[in-house]
Amino acid sequence: MKEFDYRRADGVSGALALHGAAPEARFLGGGTNLVDLMKTGIERPSLLVDIRELPLDGIEATGDGGLRIGATATNSDTAAHPEVRRRYPALAQALLAGASGQLRNMATVGGNLLQRTRCGYFSDATGPCNKRVPGSGCPAIEGEHHNHAILGASAHCVATHPSDMAVALAAFDAVVAYETADGPDEMPLADLYPPVGDTPHVETALPAGALITSVTLPPAPVAAASRYRKVRERASFAFAIGSVAAALEVRDGTVHDVRLAFGAVAPRPWRAQTAEKALAGGPATAEAFAAAADAELAAAEPLPDNEYKVPLMRDLAVSVLTELAEEAGA
Amino acid sequence: MSPATSSTITLTVNGEKHTLAVDHRTTLLDALRERLGLTGSKKGCDQGQCGACTVLVDGRRTVSCLQLAVGAEGREVTTIEGVADGDRLHPVQQAFLDLDGYQCGYCTPGQICSAVAVIEEHAAGWPSVATGDVRPEAGAPELTAEEIRERMSGNLCRCGAYVSIVQAVARAADARTPGTEAEGATA
Repeated sequence: MKEFDYRRADGVSGALALHGAAPEARFLGGGTNLVDLMKTGIERPSLLVDIRELPLDGIEATGDGGLRIGATATNSDTAAHPEVRRRYPALAQALLAGASGQLRNMATVGGNLLQRTRCGYFSDATGPCNKRVPGSGCPAIEGEHHNHAILGASAHCVATHPSDMAVALAAFDAVVAYETADGPDEMPLADLYPPVGDTPHVETALPAGALITSVTLPPAPVAAASRYRKVRERASFAFAIGSVAAALEVRDGTVHDVRLAFGAVAPRPWRAQTAEKALAGGPATAEAFAAAADAELAAAEPLPDNEYKVPLMRDLAVSVLTELAEEAGA
Repeated sequence: MSPATSSTITLTVNGEKHTLAVDHRTTLLDALRERLGLTGSKKGCDQGQCGACTVLVDGRRTVSCLQLAVGAEGREVTTIEGVADGDRLHPVQQAFLDLDGYQCGYCTPGQICSAVAVIEEHAAGWPSVATGDVRPEAGAPELTAEEIRERMSGNLCRCGAYVSIVQAVARAADARTPGTEAEGATA
């Protein structure tokens, strides 16, 4: 590991000043991804600005009926929070489906959004990777890619975003608040992860040196009937090979409101807007859910070893939506 | 301030304060084992995947291999050496002994620290992914074998002592006396 300086931030502006004064500074939240990547030399910061003691760990209702989650709230505290579980159960389930109890206690909401892909070629500092060394190539396309992207990837990178939490946040139109030396600002989560194109090393649309301060969920009555389901290669403590966050409100057999997002299939949490549009105002039946999932997955461009994800995601979406519809009718 | 690559810190471990100079790269695990002689916490994978290094930080279970020592200053660290009450074993330790919750023993300190926290997390009403309905109105889940397996999934045992580990955690949870919550495990 490269040597580095370490400072505890005193307030958000203090954190930004420390970060701005050093080349290659990184904010340190739980460190579950950053410290791991520092050990392998993939991250080589000159300074860590520890933000764990900043007063950014609150979880509170907003005036309009939404929820604001502080950036340094741990995954554990967020998943256990009664209002998260009551208003956005799929978010609690997504958080609980991620990592292990120990890691959830350490990991923060802001850090979760900014975690790096677990693509094996990205993690191997000795080989090429366009995300790590721009222009060096993407060995995954010809190599090991059974758990890589089928949507939104490019000829330059087929890595997936590994977060479970972000999939539920995407389904619920989360807004990411951040601060820079110029002051506070915000952007929809949908804009946080830019298209991969030929710049897979550009992983977020945040301005340089920005510190995420909170994530806000707008009010969404439909989210009270929501679910996160994750498929993985062992029963627990593994990254997804496919996941779905879904919410459904049915009135008189008709889809009144629906939210659908896919995980582990794209470089970002994938909001399935094509499927949502196909379902809106139509029948809440398994046939309609399948047709909508097919419409979404028509854009899929699988590689030889991840074609299985297309039917997997279709079946996952249909089963979760069907369950929600049956429960709504019960 | 000029950049520094080491700091003098005070770590509070099992109630005792230790002042030491650490290179910032030092993990809490290495500080415990190499600097403080507390070798109960084990280094397995050193990348947060096996749980052998699990300790409690402010009452929360944590993998000490991904926690920088310098970042642990000001927090209460409890290791396997500190979970017993003097000569009286912690109920989790006693249950592991009584039910053979181990074979080679390498993962056991991490398993026990993790289980101590699992029992407190469950007592605080935390759901898990095995819980199904996570809404508060659904009530607290029972600590079934399925729940224990899910909650303990961050601790691997290469000997495969899982059957006995699950039984030991269940027995210790049953024996838990009210009013002994670990700090921090309240939601």
